Amino acid sequence: MIYLDNAATSLKKPDRVIEAVAEAMTSLGNAGRGASEASLGALRAGYETRQRLADLFAISNPSRIAFTYNATESLNIAIKGILEPGDHVITTVLEHNSVLRPLYEMREQGVDLTIVGCDQFGVLNYEELESKIGGKTKVIICTHGSNLTGNIVDIQKIGTIARAHEVLFVVDASQTAGVLQIDVESMNIDVLCFTGHKGLLGPQGTGGIYVREGIMVRPLKVGGSGVDSYNQKHPVDMPSALEAGTLNTHGIAGLGAALSYIEEIGLDTLRMQEQMLMWQFYRGVIDIEGITVYGDFNEELENQRCAIVSLNIGAYDSAEVSDELFTTYHIATRAGAHCAPLMHEALGTKEQGAVRFSFSHMNTIEEVEIAIAAVKMLAQEE
Amino acid sequence: MRKKEWKLVITFHTTTDAIAMEQLCKRQGAKGRIIPVPRSITAGCGLAWCVEIEEKVNMEQLMEQEQLTYESMQECMV
Repeated sequence: MIYLDNAATSLKKPDRVIEAVAEAMTSLGNAGRGASEASLGALRAGYETRQRLADLFAISNPSRIAFTYNATESLNIAIKGILEPGDHVITTVLEHNSVLRPLYEMREQGVDLTIVGCDQFGVLNYEELESKIGGKTKVIICTHGSNLTGNIVDIQKIGTIARAHEVLFVVDASQTAGVLQIDVESMNIDVLCFTGHKGLLGPQGTGGIYVREGIMVRPLKVGGSGVDSYNQKHPVDMPSALEAGTLNTHGIAGLGAALSYIEEIGLDTLRMQEQMLMWQFYRGVIDIEGITVYGDFNEELENQRCAIVSLNIGAYDSAEVSDELFTTYHIATRAGAHCAPLMHEALGTKEQGAVRFSFSHMNTIEEVEIAIAAVKMLAQEE
Repeated sequence: MRKKEWKLVITFHTTTDAIAMEQLCKRQGAKGRIIPVPRSITAGCGLAWCVEIEEKVNMEQLMEQEQLTYESMQECMV
């Protein structure tokens, strides 16, 4: 199988990730539940992973990062834990349902929601975004990279706008953590939500949320914390405040190993590799008759995209194309709506969907050549 | 793209039910495979069971025995 669905989850993980999970499952106890070697081992594993995440995102205090099970959980914590009825929040049409659905829920509870649009290439309208900020605007929340088009959002620019208007800035880094440079200080990011199983190359069931010092976020869940057990209230100190219950320490140990791999090879080196494969694919398919590619592929953007190419062949149903790519050529892609309904509506692909090819540095030039040839064959057979 | 054929397409409320159908047919040696739900059917969970039209009675019996509920069953070009 040629796996080109890395935007959904990276399938090939570094060997050390698998080894770390196996090692954790045979040696670690429950973090923060006693002082046995087993329990301390779990605590140390979490501590080390937290430190590596802090280094990656330029976070000065690692305790401001709480572990979650995925970006969806992080985003729900951020959205439901910060917004209150009467607040105004701004987001974009580029968002995934993990941002949109919690926001729609908050809208039902009296939060005023503004959704900013984009141009025909899926590029966000920054002027519109700034013009929508008003007296009651509490939060701007947006993705760092579209999971459909692969377009990168200029979060540096939005961070500057948010800071100038004293509005909180929440970033969904699902597609970019571990791939693009993220610096919460220079980018003025107040809350960063990420998952561990995509670009960070960790196991599924790992993720996290960074909350800047001084920002209070109501937790989604409360319960066991391992400390202050006779208090009827859950601790308010980070990270315990957002980490009720036993953590996925086995997964977190694997995520730590993945982060050590990224540090060793270098995030920029890994990105260059997957970018090279993405551009190879794009240039191989863009001139095929009947092919429509979505998103901004301006050549000046070299290295400033997610490694995603979404396309359609003629008027064919994207689900049928994706199915044939797999059954005939053993190429795994993702068709349909990609949980990004507003982005599809903006691109006019609500009915047809799109076939998404997403690359990892672990893919090869040969695999991309086969994928290009497969798209050519399908387009010719039309 | 390959030529389309008339097939029986069964949709389900959840992906769990679709996988239950796959397990059931595998166990019973019955025909068919999972496909993404075609655009012409605006229902289901995203995955459907696709099989030759003459298998319809067999499929109905299998699902009834197993008390596996489906959402819709229709003939379409896939």
